[in-house]
Amino acid sequence: MSAADPIDMRSHVADSAAGPGDRSWRRLVPHRPAEYVLPVAIFVAAVLAWEAVVRLRGIPPYILPTPSLIFATLIKDWPILSGSLLVTLRTTLLALGLAVVGSVGLAILFVQSKWIERSFFPFAVVLQVTPVVSIAPLLLIYLEPGTAVLVCAFLVAFFPILSNTALGLASADHNLIELMELYRASRWQQLVRLRLPSALPYFLGGLRIGGGLALIGAIVAEIAAGSAGQGSGLAFRIVEAGFRLNIPRMFAALALISLTGILIYVVLTVLNHFLLHRWHDSARKRGA
Amino acid sequence: MDDALDLSPATRSTSGRDLLVSLRDVSKTFDNGTTALSRLTLDVAEGEFLSLIGPSGCGKSTALRILAGLTEASSGSLAWSVERPEIGFVFQEPTLMPWASVLDNVWLPLRLRHVSRRSAADRIEEALAMVGLWKFASSYPRELSGGMKMRVSIARALVLKPRLLLMDEPFAALDEITRFRLNNDLVRLKAELGTTVVFVTHSVYESVYLSTRIAVMAARPGRVVDAIDVPAPPIRTEEFRATQLYIDTCRRASQALHGAMAEDESL
Repeated sequence: MSAADPIDMRSHVADSAAGPGDRSWRRLVPHRPAEYVLPVAIFVAAVLAWEAVVRLRGIPPYILPTPSLIFATLIKDWPILSGSLLVTLRTTLLALGLAVVGSVGLAILFVQSKWIERSFFPFAVVLQVTPVVSIAPLLLIYLEPGTAVLVCAFLVAFFPILSNTALGLASADHNLIELMELYRASRWQQLVRLRLPSALPYFLGGLRIGGGLALIGAIVAEIAAGSAGQGSGLAFRIVEAGFRLNIPRMFAALALISLTGILIYVVLTVLNHFLLHRWHDSARKRGA
Repeated sequence: MDDALDLSPATRSTSGRDLLVSLRDVSKTFDNGTTALSRLTLDVAEGEFLSLIGPSGCGKSTALRILAGLTEASSGSLAWSVERPEIGFVFQEPTLMPWASVLDNVWLPLRLRHVSRRSAADRIEEALAMVGLWKFASSYPRELSGGMKMRVSIARALVLKPRLLLMDEPFAALDEITRFRLNNDLVRLKAELGTTVVFVTHSVYESVYLSTRIAVMAARPGRVVDAIDVPAPPIRTEEFRATQLYIDTCRRASQALHGAMAEDESL
């Protein structure tokens, strides 16, 4: 019959015109200028309104600083803040990395046997449902402050990645599992060729949640550590500046924390898109 | 084992061909107590195209899965004329790996046997060319239509040159035009490769068009109630659908099927 298959050919061409592979970057960014002009305009308007209200009402900077003052503080205090930013970023990324290794490893163990899953899952749940703020003081007694912060960030990032990955590993197409059995694939082959790729979209979903939570965990633990934090991360700067009533610096550190969170989210979203856009519906352009 | 049981019509071997596999008194009861098959006796001859047809719940898929080794019979015997023959399986859904290209999907059976992509290249190309999809080797499954996905699935099943090809209602989810086209492809592939095919279907017309022999099954409990030979040349074209033989065989198969369903009180 060759590939001269008018109906099938046409549907393929229509699909590929939507562009698998090519110009994939553009799908992340809105196509028409109007789509991002409006959000940017509203953001700028909000910041300007803030500036205007503070100035017109003469609100003192130790109550509410203007955005311009916060920005100036950010520049002025950059030597201090940038060091803290690096500490927070390092803690967050290290915690996230450890959480990925630990949770994926445990999820793979879970999928090997229901008994292992039943035995260990309760521990994971206990760690998840116990608020990290309440564990942090204990950890600060047992561990060095830096390590305690790292462990807190690790604990909160761990669970979402674990539960998502375990779900993904268990949701492999059962027909494909049977096909693997038919071809007498080993357990290892089944894991590498089928279960891990099937779990990838789930894992990346967990990673996006875990990435945000690792930052929150790190910040919460630093706040709990308070002055014991020995001049390290951004949250410590907030606590410290609060004691000194240096409100503009508090806002500047806060802005950096937000930016860090946004950065983590964007990086993981881009990663998600690049790994999945050719095959998974979640990364597919809508209407394509 | 017990020759007296060979009275069952389904055990007739077609045109004196060698036996490839025979199921004797095979029963299958699931853990929940449902009996899918009761004393099924079925011979598959080398080189034949055998269709299993019957109402839902007659155990035709279960019989196929027992042949594939995907499930064990509760009792009875399964005897092969050759040690561990190569088996290909095509599911009702294309069952492709969405993260892998068409080429990598067809590579899978070879890859699981540690054949590198380079040394598998010729066989992959051959299998894809057989189904007319070599041009789409680097496409991903979601970029293909339903019919094309099914052809990839068939190419994957054929890449190991299986002695026996098992197909579980492979075209049931396709539109009729695509279905007819794939039926013709299958007839041609079968003739080219000489593979033995066991094909499960709901459609009388499809089974008559494709098969050299049809086993009609009844449900509750699942068993073979009739076997119908289709004494037409193995290469079939659309004209075959207009022949008296085709029409008569369809009528005969329909009657057998209705007979099988009449016994089933649950319908």
